[in-house]
Amino acid sequence: MELTPLNRPEQTQRAEGLIFNKSRAGRRCTRFSLPDVPQAPAPDAKFLRHSACELPEVSELDVVRHFTNLSRLNFSVDTNFYPLGSCTMKYNPKFTEDISRLEGFCRLHPILPQLKGGALCVQGALEVLYETEQLLCEITGMDNFTMQPAAGAHGELTGVMLIAAYHRAKKRKRKYVIIPDSAHGTNPASAAIAGYEIINVPSNADGTMDLAALKEKLNEDVAAIMMTCPNTLGLFENQIDEIARLAHKVDALMYYDGANLNAILGHCRPGDLGFDVIHLNLHKTFATPHGGGGPGAGPVGVKNKLAEFLPVSRVKKDKDGTFTLDYAHPDSIGYLAHFYGNFLVIVKAYAYILYLGREGLIRTAQQAVLNANYILAKLKDHYDTAAARCMHECVLSAAPQTAHGVHALDIAKYLIDCGIHPPTIYFPLIVKEALMVEPTETESKETLDHFIDCMVRIARLAREDPATLKNAPLTTPVARLDETKAAREMNCASL
Amino acid sequence: MNIPDGLYFTKEHEWVKIEGTTAMAGITDYAQHALGDVTFVELPKKGQVLKQFQLMATIESVKAASDIYAPVSGTIVEINAELNSNPGLVNQDCYAKGWVAKVMLADPQETKNLLDPAAYKAYVEGL
Repeated sequence: MELTPLNRPEQTQRAEGLIFNKSRAGRRCTRFSLPDVPQAPAPDAKFLRHSACELPEVSELDVVRHFTNLSRLNFSVDTNFYPLGSCTMKYNPKFTEDISRLEGFCRLHPILPQLKGGALCVQGALEVLYETEQLLCEITGMDNFTMQPAAGAHGELTGVMLIAAYHRAKKRKRKYVIIPDSAHGTNPASAAIAGYEIINVPSNADGTMDLAALKEKLNEDVAAIMMTCPNTLGLFENQIDEIARLAHKVDALMYYDGANLNAILGHCRPGDLGFDVIHLNLHKTFATPHGGGGPGAGPVGVKNKLAEFLPVSRVKKDKDGTFTLDYAHPDSIGYLAHFYGNFLVIVKAYAYILYLGREGLIRTAQQAVLNANYILAKLKDHYDTAAARCMHECVLSAAPQTAHGVHALDIAKYLIDCGIHPPTIYFPLIVKEALMVEPTETESKETLDHFIDCMVRIARLAREDPATLKNAPLTTPVARLDETKAAREMNCASL
Repeated sequence: MNIPDGLYFTKEHEWVKIEGTTAMAGITDYAQHALGDVTFVELPKKGQVLKQFQLMATIESVKAASDIYAPVSGTIVEINAELNSNPGLVNQDCYAKGWVAKVMLADPQETKNLLDPAAYKAYVEGL
C-alpha cells in the first residue's frame, strides 16, 4: 500500500502567528455610527483607564483568516484516525448534534423545573434524563444513576464519596482503597481526594490482578477496590467473581471504572460481575464529543444499597407519568455539579443509545474488539506485546526498538507525519515503552491497514534509519517540541 | 547500568547510603533511566517521621509520576532543595548531586530488608 508521502512541502502545515502580530494602528472591523442620542457625561476620571487596552487592531478579514487557519490545524476524529488508547475516540455521529440543537432542549433554562409548576414546562427534558438513567441501568446492571458528574474523573470522585457515605452510615472508619498497578492515574487521585490512602496491588504474569497479593492486603480497613474491566492492558479480569466475593466478605465495595466499557457493551454487565458503584464516560462509550469538542459527562450508577446517598436532585416519575425533581433524600451527598450535569451531552448519548438499540450496542463491542485484535495480530511480529489477545485495545511495546535508540515517543511523533494521532504512550506504567492502541469500532479495515503499514514501516526504519524517526514530525507547524523544557520551565505568563 | 558499591537498594529502585546514624537516599540509575527526563520532585518536609517503605516523595517525568518510598525508617533531617530548581540532577547524577533526602536512622537493623549491590543487580537484570 502507498504510504502517506512525507516532507512534501504542500503537506507541511504552517504555524499561524498571533493575531496581535497582524495588528495595525487604526485598522478596524466595525465602525460605529455617530450617536443619535445625547452623549452621557464621562464617568469620574478615577474610573477611566490610563493605559492603552492593547486589543489587536485588525480587519474582519484578518479575523476570519486567522481563526479559519487555526481551525485547519485542528486534529480530530473528523479529520484523521485517532487510536488514543483508553480514550475511545470513536466517531461522534452528527445526527446527535442535530437532536441536541432542537430548541426544546437547547433553549431551556435549567432553573425552570425548580420553579413552582415549572417541571410541567420541561417534561421532555426530564423524561430524557429519566430514560437515560433507565437505559444505563439496563446496560450496566446497576439500580440507580446520577447524571450530574461532568467528566470521568468527576464521576470517580462522586463514586468514592458515595462509598465513603456508605461506610459512614454504618458508623465505621475505613482507611484504604485498593487499586491495581495497571489502573488509570485518576483512580488513586480520586480516592486520595476523597480522603483515602491507596494500596497498590500488582498484576500477575498474565496481566490481571494478582489474587494472592490482594488477599494479603484486603481486610476490614479497606473501603473499596477500584477496578477497570477490561483493564488497561486490554484484558478481561477473569478472576473478577472471586475478587468481588473477597471484597464483599469484608463489606468493601467494588468500584468499576467505566473507561473500557466499550469492550463489553451488551455482553456482560458490571452490576452482574459484583460491582456496586460504576462511572461511565458518555464521551467515550456513548459517542459524545471528547477532548476539545466536549464537555464530557461521567454518570455514576449504584446498587440499591447506595441509592440513598446519590446526589440531588433526582428525577422521579410519578404514578400518572409526570416527571418531577426529587430532593427528598436527607442522606444524599449533595450537589456534585450545577443542575443536572451536562444536559445536552446526555441528550446526545440518549439519542445514540436509542439509535443503536440493544443489537447495535452488542455489535459495537464486537467490532471494537475485532479491530483491536486485528491490529495486534498484524503487529505482534514487529513489536513486543503485552498479551497474545486483547479486548478493545492492544498494548504494544517498543522495547525491541530501543536497541536502535528508538523509543515509543519517536514512534508517536512519526505517526503524526503519517496523518495518524499517536496512540497513548508510556501507559500502562507496567509495560516498558508502551504504545496503547484503541482503534474503536468506527474505523474501516482500510484505515486499520494504513495504520498497520505505517507501524511496520516504523519497525523497519528503527533498524535501518532511526534518525528519520528521531527527527519526526516534519509536517507539523513546529518540529519536535522540547517536552522536558516545557515541563521544567513552565511559564504560562509568557503565553 | 550503574550500581555503585557501598549502597543498599529497594525493589522499588531507591538507594540508601548509611553514614553513621544518618542515611542518604535517592533513586537508582535504573529508575532515572526508566522515568526519562525528570521535571519535578515533591520533597518531604524536614522533621517528617517515616516508616520503612512508606511514601517519602513523589517524582514526575515527561512520561509519568511515581512515588519514592523511604528505604529506612527515621526522621527527615535534610532535603535536597537543589532539586526544586534543577530536577534534572536526578538524571545527571542520581547517586550524588541528585540525592533526595537524609534520614536520621530509627533502626540500623532495617538494612536486612534491603538488597546489596549484587542482589539488586540480579533483580534488575531479571526485570
